[in-house]
Amino acid sequence: MRGAWGQGLRNVGDTTLRIVERIGAVVLFLGQILRHSGTSFRRFSLVIREIYFAGVQSLIIILVSGLFVGMVLGLQGFETLQSYGSSESVGVLVALSLMRELGPVVSALLFASRAGSAITAEIGLMKATEQLSAMEMMAVNPLARVVAPRFWGGVISLPLLAALFTALGIMGGFLVTVIMLKVDSGAFWSQMQAAVDFRHDILNGMIKSLVFGVAVAAIATFEGYEAPPTAEGVSGATTRTVVSSSLAILALDLLLTAFMMKGWN
Amino acid sequence: MNRATLNLWVGFFVLLGFVAFLMLAFKVGNLSLDGSGGTYEVVAHFDNIGQLKERAPVRSAGVLVGRVHSVRFDTLHYNAEVQMALDSQYHFPVDSSASVLTSGILGEQYVGLDAGGDDKMLKNGDEIKLTQGAMVLERLIGQFLFNKAQDGGADKTSTDKGAP
Amino acid sequence: MIHQVEIRDLNFGYGDQLVLKGIHLTVPKGSLVAIMGLSGCGKTTLLRLMGGQLLARQGSVRVAGQELNHMNEAQLYAMRRQVGMLFQFGALFTDLSVFDNVAFQMREHTRLPESMIRDLTLMKLNAVGLRGVQSLMPAELSGGMARRVAMARATALDPALILYDEPFTGLDPISMGAIGRLIRQLNDALGATSVLVTHDVQESMKIVDYIYFVSDGVIVAQGTPEEIHASALPFVHQFVWGEADGPLPFHYPGPTLKMDFGDERGQA
Ligand SMILES: Nc1ncnc2c1ncn2[C@@H]1O[C@H](COP(=O)(O)OP(=O)(O)OP(=O)(O)O)[C@@H](O)[C@H]1O
Ligand SMILES: [Mg+2]
Repeated sequence: MRGAWGQGLRNVGDTTLRIVERIGAVVLFLGQILRHSGTSFRRFSLVIREIYFAGVQSLIIILVSGLFVGMVLGLQGFETLQSYGSSESVGVLVALSLMRELGPVVSALLFASRAGSAITAEIGLMKATEQLSAMEMMAVNPLARVVAPRFWGGVISLPLLAALFTALGIMGGFLVTVIMLKVDSGAFWSQMQAAVDFRHDILNGMIKSLVFGVAVAAIATFEGYEAPPTAEGVSGATTRTVVSSSLAILALDLLLTAFMMKGWN
Repeated sequence: MNRATLNLWVGFFVLLGFVAFLMLAFKVGNLSLDGSGGTYEVVAHFDNIGQLKERAPVRSAGVLVGRVHSVRFDTLHYNAEVQMALDSQYHFPVDSSASVLTSGILGEQYVGLDAGGDDKMLKNGDEIKLTQGAMVLERLIGQFLFNKAQDGGADKTSTDKGAP
Repeated sequence: MIHQVEIRDLNFGYGDQLVLKGIHLTVPKGSLVAIMGLSGCGKTTLLRLMGGQLLARQGSVRVAGQELNHMNEAQLYAMRRQVGMLFQFGALFTDLSVFDNVAFQMREHTRLPESMIRDLTLMKLNAVGLRGVQSLMPAELSGGMARRVAMARATALDPALILYDEPFTGLDPISMGAIGRLIRQLNDALGATSVLVTHDVQESMKIVDYIYFVSDGVIVAQGTPEEIHASALPFVHQFVWGEADGPLPFHYPGPTLKMDFGDERGQA
């Protein structure tokens, strides 16, 4: 019995240590990326290419999911608020939940599994097929030429995607509640406008998605760059990217929300 | 993929993202208020603020004109000190009055401003002297019963001045 | 004599398995030197050490007179601008076309106008006989073609030192001869120094100036092609004539056959 407890405790300790180690490694890697980011900005076409792969190619999934999430929010909110006789407030509910939480978080989760995994797989495969070594031998630093552009492509794409997700979600809510359930359109918008604050809701939501973008892009590039150069290595790294970025997003969301609620000042 | 099409797509994407952001800022967030125009702060003391919280709206004639910036307990006067940030495009006479009101029956509480008649306008850091605190249901009922008992219902109560 | 590459007393290993044990080797400027040895004896490892991708555990590796072990990252990258390397498996950039692969270094390191890059790239592709595939993607090439493209890419900026990791594998006899002559030509025309890792004894004997044989982490024989040809060392003889029996084991060291297949059933 004691042995089993001891073993269990040791496992917890080991896992904790590994997680902390991994976070540390990602942070160090982020520092490396930043140090090698000069090329990305001197030759912005490199980043544009990555914005295409990370951002443009995630557009459809983000727009469609945003629309659906907004419609569901509208339906559910209408259902509940109607019993209190304040169904016009449904706009407030849709807008605030999208801006503060669902927009940044859901779009980041989708982004991690759509674009983050692709970034990891691509870098991992380049490593496994010695393309990164070949680049190094050509006196081109892969951190500057391959990793940093993908990182910045992700960081730039996610806030834009989150804004689109939120906007489409509000339109979805509008569609369901105003067009289909006949909530008054004027009340829908005016109550929303009165309740939503630019700095506390919109800007904070954008800050969240920027932080998530940094986290997902750093994790995805890190996992790819550090992947064992084999088929299993790369597939394992891809899975890890999705799992650890999702956890990172949710944990960071908790931290940021708590911080923002207390106020920055 | 050819470089020009790629650039086109990315340009389209970035533009779309910015349009979404602007839509959120102006259509949903009503940005003109505490974003660009700037604000000025006034203070008011209430004997009771009920459920009034930071960032609650400040309205005049039903129009949003500012937000509550901070709420704290004034240890000198034993009442609530409320800081409000008013949009600088709106000006109010110095003898305006502020009251804590409720939107709907169960709705959120907000500060209502009623303009006075003075020529001088409130400016940053000024205090609104005339205030009316929040209604507390128990007191209201108590007062109502008291009045009722006093004169058999001949006169209306004078306390529900601020109710919309 | 000036040495382009000079390796002294080099020890290197992965983990606790020592792969190279006390290698001494020099490559004079302008020469074409071959390194031969059995599969898995550490030839690729040796090339990577010359390119500064791996650092020696002990001993020194000097390229153009500079000690790689003492270089910082910037110095290593500066050194590599003078080095071209053909990877054993090509390592072409799969997201770039053949043309862009060959043009890669010109675009990264020079400010040449696009028209000139085009001319130079086509020239390099022409040299390996593949001007016709410039717009294909690497995935659309055969293994031998990919290696020839990789060769064009490795020599794109006319490096002073070219490292070839098995350029002949997977080539038909005709392209093999052509590539062999090309390696020699590049060496002489550019005044470059080349190190050639290969298994193809006959083909390389025709073009190289000097040969090193590596076995079991040390250099067991060396000499000019004539000396090697005439060598009486049983090891060299076996390698040159491709005999299965001799001092070189075909099997990777491990448990004996008997231990793996033998008496287990009897014991169980
Ligand atoms: N990354 C690595 N990690 C661990 N061991 C390695 C690694 N790379 C190579 N080795 C080991 O080092 C030894 C030498 O490998 P190397 O690739 O240099 O052989 P080689 O001479 O190039 O063989 P070949 O002719 O088959 O290409 C091999 O025994 C191999 O198992
Ligand atoms: Mg090899």
